[in-house]
Amino acid sequence: MHRFANPAQFNRLADVVLPWAIGLTVLLSVAGLYYALFSSPPDYQQGESVRVMYVHVPAAWMGMFVYMVMAAASFTALVWRHPLALLAGKAAAPIGAIFTALALITGMLWGKPMWGTYWVWDGRLTSVLVQFFLYLGYMALWQAMEDEEKAGRAASILALVGVVNIPIIKFSVDWWSTLHQPASVMRLDGPTIDGAMLVPLFLMAAAYQAYFVVVFLWRMKLEINNRKLSVMRQASLQNTETQMEVAG
Amino acid sequence: MAGLKTRKKQRLLVVSLAVASLMGATLLILLALGGDSLSLFLQPSDVKAKQVAAGQHFRLGGLVETGSFARAEDGLTYHFSVTDCAATLSVEFKGLLPDLFREGQGVVTEGALNTDGVFIASTVLAKHDENYVPPGTMPKSADQCVHPDAQAAADAAYSGR
Amino acid sequence: MTEFLDMGGYAAFVWTAYGLSASALVWLLVSSRRKLTASVVAVDAARARRKGDN
Repeated sequence: MHRFANPAQFNRLADVVLPWAIGLTVLLSVAGLYYALFSSPPDYQQGESVRVMYVHVPAAWMGMFVYMVMAAASFTALVWRHPLALLAGKAAAPIGAIFTALALITGMLWGKPMWGTYWVWDGRLTSVLVQFFLYLGYMALWQAMEDEEKAGRAASILALVGVVNIPIIKFSVDWWSTLHQPASVMRLDGPTIDGAMLVPLFLMAAAYQAYFVVVFLWRMKLEINNRKLSVMRQASLQNTETQMEVAG
Repeated sequence: MAGLKTRKKQRLLVVSLAVASLMGATLLILLALGGDSLSLFLQPSDVKAKQVAAGQHFRLGGLVETGSFARAEDGLTYHFSVTDCAATLSVEFKGLLPDLFREGQGVVTEGALNTDGVFIASTVLAKHDENYVPPGTMPKSADQCVHPDAQAAADAAYSGR
Repeated sequence: MTEFLDMGGYAAFVWTAYGLSASALVWLLVSSRRKLTASVVAVDAARARRKGDN
């Protein structure tokens, strides 16, 4: 199998998907923001502050979704040693880190006026903060080692270890008493959010998903190019060495 | 080629088992620790069952009982009851209440019981429930023991702002 | 309009949440795109150099 056969195929596929994903991101963002800010009612308890939810909840969902993408890529990379899988994890990590950070920050901005505090060390908030540090750790491991193969393997192992945090985030509000409210959308008896509020929530979530596809594909292409560059650099280095040996 | 295939199969097995056992072990530890050490607060019936001593600092959480809220004459001290439908505790608090503080809604307070069995709170945080609905709409799920009076009270409080 | 901007008294929290979300996501989008463009240029340059060498 040629090392670059698959990346070339990937690039071709990405170039087909990208224009559609960009169009969807713009469309869904405009529609989502319109509903989130103008065309949805205030909440019976929270008043207008409920609008923070439309940027908070999708960011939190994406933080977990991107982590699963990163973990699946890491699993594939470790088991089948597929070079593209390793790069997929590397490309996804910063996007997931930003989504998780935004979930934390927007949550704090809602918590201050509603709960009466920016932060509390309950099960939900703490486990999401752990997820943010897992992303940072994954990215730091890539940076820490000179040998890309080794760095990628170490980072992938960390990503897989951190998978255990995903069910903890999801069920923290059921297992322990927390200040954070229990699930409103993904619950067995159906959502407890009014339909008029589900529209902006799902539109924003779809916009974030489309945004992820765009940035993820761009970053995949970037990582493929970087890999090509380092391979070429090594090849030319070896070339110079053989030339010098011949000359000497 | 056969050697390569078996090695890949071996890796699949090892990595899958490692992830599964790590997840199992962590979740078992969390369940073994139980809800108590990882929970943010105790509910009134927990407090009664454990017979928490006066002066011992802890967080108390539950619903603000409908009709229990009162402001003392100094205008700064508040009295209310926190209930989990099975047991109820009186709470005294001096300070600023969060915007979401309502009768019939959840609350998490921090403080200690005094010798009379009244919980003297140093902070009061409001706990939101899982319902998001426009004003005047019935929430889908609500805690039975404070409903539906609480709904009317909450609506009145909202329209009064 | 002022009523809309006021967000029922929660303006500081609501607009900060939307502002930070938008700026962080746009920043990541733009910086990813810039890095990608730079990497394409670098790959082309490296290829050209390689052809020149041989």
